[in-house]
Amino acid sequence: MNTHDLHGRGRTGPRLGRTRLLATAGAAALVLTAGLASPLVPAAPRAHAAEGTQAGKDGKDGKDGKDGKVLTVAVAQSVDSLSPFLAVRLLSTSIHRLTYEYLTNYDPKDAHVVPGLATKWEPSPDKLTWTYTIRSDSKWSDGQQATAEDAAWTFNKMMTDQGAATANGSFVNNFEKVTAPSPTQLVIRLKKPQATMTALDVPIVPKHVWEKVDDFSEFNNDKSFPVVGNGPFVLTAYKPDSYVRLKANKDFWRGAPKFDELVFRYYKDQDAAVAALRKGEVSFVAGSPALTPAQAASLKGEKDIRVNEGPGRRFYALATNPGAQARNGKKFGDGHPSLLDERVRHALFMAVDRKTIVDKVFQGHAVEGQGYIPPRYPTYFWEPSGNRRLAYDPAKAAELLDRAGYRANADGKRVGKDGKPLNYRVLCHATDPNDKAVGKYLQEWWGGLGIGVTLDCLDNVTDPWLAGKYDLAFDGWSVNPDPDFVLSIHTCAALPATPKDTGATDNFICDKTYDELYAKQLAEYDPAERANLVKQMESRLYDLGYMNVMAYPNAVEAYRTDQIESITTMPAEAGNIYGQDGYWSWWSAVPADSDDSSGGSASTGVVIGIVAGVVVLAGLAGLFAMRRRATAEDRE
Amino acid sequence: MTAEATPALVEGAAADPGTPGPAAGRGPRARTAAAYLRYVAGKLAGAAVSLLAVLVTSFFLFRLIPGDPVKFMTGGRPVSAEQLAAYRREFGLDLPLWRQFAHYCGKALTGDLGTSYQFRTPVIDKITEALPNTLLLTGTAFVLYTALGIVLGTRSAWRHGRLGDRLNTGLALTLYSVPSFWLGLLLIIVLSVGVGPVPGLFPTGGMESGGKEGFAYAVDVAHHLVLPVVTLVAVEYGQTLLVTRSALLDEMGGDYLTTARAKGLRDDQVRRRHAVPNALLPTVTLVFVNLGRTVAGVILVETVFSWPGLGGLFYQGLSVPDLPLVQGLFFFFASAVIVMNTLADLLYPLLDPRVGR
Repeated sequence: MNTHDLHGRGRTGPRLGRTRLLATAGAAALVLTAGLASPLVPAAPRAHAAEGTQAGKDGKDGKDGKDGKVLTVAVAQSVDSLSPFLAVRLLSTSIHRLTYEYLTNYDPKDAHVVPGLATKWEPSPDKLTWTYTIRSDSKWSDGQQATAEDAAWTFNKMMTDQGAATANGSFVNNFEKVTAPSPTQLVIRLKKPQATMTALDVPIVPKHVWEKVDDFSEFNNDKSFPVVGNGPFVLTAYKPDSYVRLKANKDFWRGAPKFDELVFRYYKDQDAAVAALRKGEVSFVAGSPALTPAQAASLKGEKDIRVNEGPGRRFYALATNPGAQARNGKKFGDGHPSLLDERVRHALFMAVDRKTIVDKVFQGHAVEGQGYIPPRYPTYFWEPSGNRRLAYDPAKAAELLDRAGYRANADGKRVGKDGKPLNYRVLCHATDPNDKAVGKYLQEWWGGLGIGVTLDCLDNVTDPWLAGKYDLAFDGWSVNPDPDFVLSIHTCAALPATPKDTGATDNFICDKTYDELYAKQLAEYDPAERANLVKQMESRLYDLGYMNVMAYPNAVEAYRTDQIESITTMPAEAGNIYGQDGYWSWWSAVPADSDDSSGGSASTGVVIGIVAGVVVLAGLAGLFAMRRRATAEDRE
Repeated sequence: MTAEATPALVEGAAADPGTPGPAAGRGPRARTAAAYLRYVAGKLAGAAVSLLAVLVTSFFLFRLIPGDPVKFMTGGRPVSAEQLAAYRREFGLDLPLWRQFAHYCGKALTGDLGTSYQFRTPVIDKITEALPNTLLLTGTAFVLYTALGIVLGTRSAWRHGRLGDRLNTGLALTLYSVPSFWLGLLLIIVLSVGVGPVPGLFPTGGMESGGKEGFAYAVDVAHHLVLPVVTLVAVEYGQTLLVTRSALLDEMGGDYLTTARAKGLRDDQVRRRHAVPNALLPTVTLVFVNLGRTVAGVILVETVFSWPGLGGLFYQGLSVPDLPLVQGLFFFFASAVIVMNTLADLLYPLLDPRVGR
């Protein structure tokens, strides 16, 4: 081929040279602008300080013109709706906690009920009428007084408008009538007694703003800012999947927050959020649901970063299919019949080594499971004692199975009443690595008893779950300070009406004793007596063996101590920060004062970086030019 | 979702290199115009049929996803049976499938893609909200990686076998095989957070810092744009480079190039005016396929850099499943690819008159 020397000719065409030069210049310009842009925008390290100073200078934020202190929180969830009548996600409801007052709140120490918009509450002797005293020192951010009329209007709207009942309709199902005889008095008349009247987690909205809304099912409250509210913060800006900005409400009745601004920034990827924390672009990372053990380990010991670990509000359990049934008595699904024997259920759970699960699967970031409600809520926490405790004991498990008539055959496999070897299908969430890891252990542990395990890991477990087509399943719920909801999902009333319907039931448990206790606790207005009843329910649930709690995963989160000096956790001692029952963490957070020195060194770093970049670019350009000259000469 | 564009045409063009340019006076102009119009009509009709097929597919496809949207959306909170029924009524999920389909078609034909279950916002609004963000990211990356791919591909082919070519294709292939989320995370760690002496130059994610206006806002967005675009360009340019390179290599033995050189043309003129135009057809196909894909967003890169685009929206829709949202997005993505492929088809005869005759 003689093409090569042909190609060599005329390589110094002027146009080509210009193109290349332009390209190089363009690339250099891009890198330079990008680099130079750093100091201009608050993305540089110590972001919040820079931003705050700028905001202060601009006079946009902070009424008194002081430097605005900004607390930036990395969140992974996107907002579903900013309307309190539609929002159900944790992020959105947390924002509503911060921007609207609820009738009551929960104490950060031990989650007992404390005043919110209501200062006092009193049930009537017949238990059917509740009278709330509404505080007179809470003002809406537009200056108007928040009154009982606002609360009555909010509840009435939810009772009469299907659209407004979307998110919190269940709270008013049992309401007969809600009135506001005076601006400080709210009266709720019930159809039947209901102990959860101090746990109405419903944001109270200003009537004068919301009565103008036409269609509550489509109004998302995200078009005009600031949004009128009366919580510790006021919602000032929102951009979908980017950020939510809130400004401190200086007139908040409990006292103004210490930070001037609170920003929730959206990080879809948790590793990126951790990187942002390292850099200082965000002050806090919650993790969803928690930082991974690897992320926590990598942040531990890092300067100015504190990894906070507290008891979580979730339990992680193994649910057993008790034979799916509907309220009309029809049975459906195909749960293994051997599981209807309590001895088999107990044997299976006694062969589950919960300590290993905590140590190996959760790598220590969890607490061994006991009763149904996590120890985070001491009022309702119950643990089995003495010989009722189904401790890890494979030998005893084998004995129980023998006694139940499921003996091992010649191959060491336990056989059922039909002569077939026992094999259980365990439903697991393909998206949850914990399910898969525990599933592997189950195969080992139950395999040791002579029982086969088939792991059905699915992206979406709802279909087989609702159809009752499984034997056991990994299960878990987030528990509220008032446990009513997580208790209600195991009552017979929660079963679907017919096999075709969907019920609120978790895994089709229907037990008369449990139901009687449930009804009693719902009508019991004495807190201590009610807690006692709830504990009896937990005990009953434990003995039944259909819902076996293996662990309570911890909340693992991290924040920058050079941006947040102190922050209230919940429970106050060694608790968590994100997703609390209340606005305590962000309301109480105190800004740190150590920004200036490190900020200086960081911008020096940026300058050094830019200089280094320019030197490298110049070097590359030089090399390129030399190489071009050389080849041109070679070819001549 | 991708429609491969007419490989037969591409091969035909590559196997039979000839001088491009005007139709060399074969037959009267009118006949050529009529032939072109027939070709255009054929292509447009094909596109219309494809669009209809997509409309139907998008309805049924997502109903195959297991999972009950109502159960998912009400999961974890107290809901009465009446409320569940009300949800189903509101979303039209209580109707028989054929009636749901009829509703969907009727609405789609009037340009209404329905209302998202989870966001309670018209799907069109969600799309128009995220589309500019996606276009900014993928559009910028598209222009850069296409230009880079063509320029480097041409250079590589023209000097094939040399060290430069080997380095070029080697690097392009390596980057092409790198998972984009991994490269993105690496860039965040090195260039955003900073490692050792390397300072953190770029933001770790998102599209803006918020609270800025005018020029400052533009600079801010550009600053946020750098790393995701660099990631996309690094991963994508290799494809264009390799296609351009191999198409040009096919042309390089052509007699017409020898002729051109014999005329005394300078080397770069031979390349620019004769070789490259002939080799462009496969690249054009790829460019238009890529252009169609730009609207679909890039789920992985959008996720790593928390870019508020359509890819992420699609993912959020799938997890529910938010039927109107995923149907609408799927229809939109597929339509974009179909439209772009049709455009490419319409452009071929202009690039190479043998096509469409």
